[in-house]
Amino acid sequence: MSAFTRFLERLGRGAARGLSEFGFAATLLGLAIYWLVLGHWRRQPVRAPAVAAQAMDIGIAALPIITVLSTTIGLMLAIQGIYTLRTFGAESRVTLGVVLSVVREFAPLITGILVAGRSGSALAARLGTMRINQEIDALTVMGINPIRFLVAPPLLAMMILMPLLTLWADLVGLFAAGLYISLELQGTIAGYADEVLSLLKLNDLLHGLAKSAIFGVLVTIVGVVNGASVSGGAEGVGRMTTRSVVHAISAIVITDMIFVFLVTR
Amino acid sequence: MSRDTPSVEVVNLNTHYGDRHVLKNVSLAVMPGEIFVIMGGSGSGKTTLLNHLLGLLRPTSGTIRILGRDINTLSALERQDLRTRMGVAFQSGALFSSMSVGDNIALPLREHTALDETTIGIVTRLKLEVVSLAGFEDLMPSELSGGMIKRAAFARAIVMDPRLLFCDEPSAGLDPVVASSIDDLILRLRDAMGMSIIVVTHDLDSTFKIADRICVLDKGEVLALDTVEAIKNADNERIQNLLNRRTEEAEIDPDAYLRRLLGEKENHHDTADDKRNGL
Repeated sequence: MSAFTRFLERLGRGAARGLSEFGFAATLLGLAIYWLVLGHWRRQPVRAPAVAAQAMDIGIAALPIITVLSTTIGLMLAIQGIYTLRTFGAESRVTLGVVLSVVREFAPLITGILVAGRSGSALAARLGTMRINQEIDALTVMGINPIRFLVAPPLLAMMILMPLLTLWADLVGLFAAGLYISLELQGTIAGYADEVLSLLKLNDLLHGLAKSAIFGVLVTIVGVVNGASVSGGAEGVGRMTTRSVVHAISAIVITDMIFVFLVTR
Repeated sequence: MSRDTPSVEVVNLNTHYGDRHVLKNVSLAVMPGEIFVIMGGSGSGKTTLLNHLLGLLRPTSGTIRILGRDINTLSALERQDLRTRMGVAFQSGALFSSMSVGDNIALPLREHTALDETTIGIVTRLKLEVVSLAGFEDLMPSELSGGMIKRAAFARAIVMDPRLLFCDEPSAGLDPVVASSIDDLILRLRDAMGMSIIVVTHDLDSTFKIADRICVLDKGEVLALDTVEAIKNADNERIQNLLNRRTEEAEIDPDAYLRRLLGEKENHHDTADDKRNGL
């Protein structure tokens, strides 16, 4: 019985901690948006160079790996699609499946996961180190709001860059799939491109891009929450960095499912 | 603000971490142009007191007036204005590791003034001259030695020409020669700029060298607050213990000892972090 009550107690404490972390995340998001919108009138503007620097870091530096992985995903989908459809003798219809899966799911997901691994963890590690080095206190006593200075720029950069990166992943993934499909089914790239354009609706494209912007917000907030909760020195930074990647990827996948459920039905 | 309004005035400050009473009825006043040393052993509450003076923690009761303004009733904008008139040199320096020394020092100017980059560059180099770090503005903080980091932290703290400067353990972790040069720097800053300087330290040599007045904290209470001479001649046993580096006999409480051995915990879970404002 006492083991059971101890289990209940642990469960309760865990739930309360999770809830308070969720509240912290919501507060952070609210404050970051507050500073983005009103910072200028509170004499704490979010500066364009800071946002640009973050955008370079999150976006441009991630382009090579996103290119490689979306190529791979495009090829993989084309191969699997043809294999599956061959059982019905319908392999000529493979483009439809590839276009919708890349644009609606795979491009935003792979971009989100990569950015979570690259930039979300970096954000957590940076904030965590700054916290244990008293750098956040130093900002506060200088009269510089840490949320405005450290959270708002990456948040804005993510919200702009994630859809752009996803668009790039769309293009690369579809092109790679097209190469394989036109070779395998003896078509031409031009014919494939025509088919893609006739199949692809703006709605599907926007579905993917909107999701990716949400993923950007999730990655930033999860990274910041974990970074700001660091305690216990360098080991703590490492622990929270790992945690932030796991949480960010989980949040992305779960949000993806909820978004699809709400929008598609 | 007139000449005789205290730069810092603390009245009956009481603070808690959870159930633990950390600061007990602390009152003090720092006059303009004064070097005021807050001294005490580890766990005496001096770091907590500093964090309260900086507005990083909220007290349970009592008022703290910095440059005549009660920091716990100010609006966000007024507080921001006040913070541009005070500087802080943290124990570890707390330089932003992702920025060069020059960018670190220029940051308050870039954030709070509309000065152009040329002027900011001149002011930055001027402050680096003051702390004898001229020519180091392009280095990263990780490339500096311990003493240089402290100097750079001082340069950043004084870049806005504050009326009030806080220094947390300026000599901690430095060899005696470098520590002494930091003491000289503190004296020079006061003489050149006329600011009030509050130093939190446990270093006796540097305390006696720089202090105008000393506040001795012990177990969260102000044990003594007086000039250097008066503190040296104080007949209070605990002050003499502190000055002569004698360890104190632990108080004998058999019940508490037994409770500790049996592993019965007291409720001291709450830490400083829980009460910290903002990020």
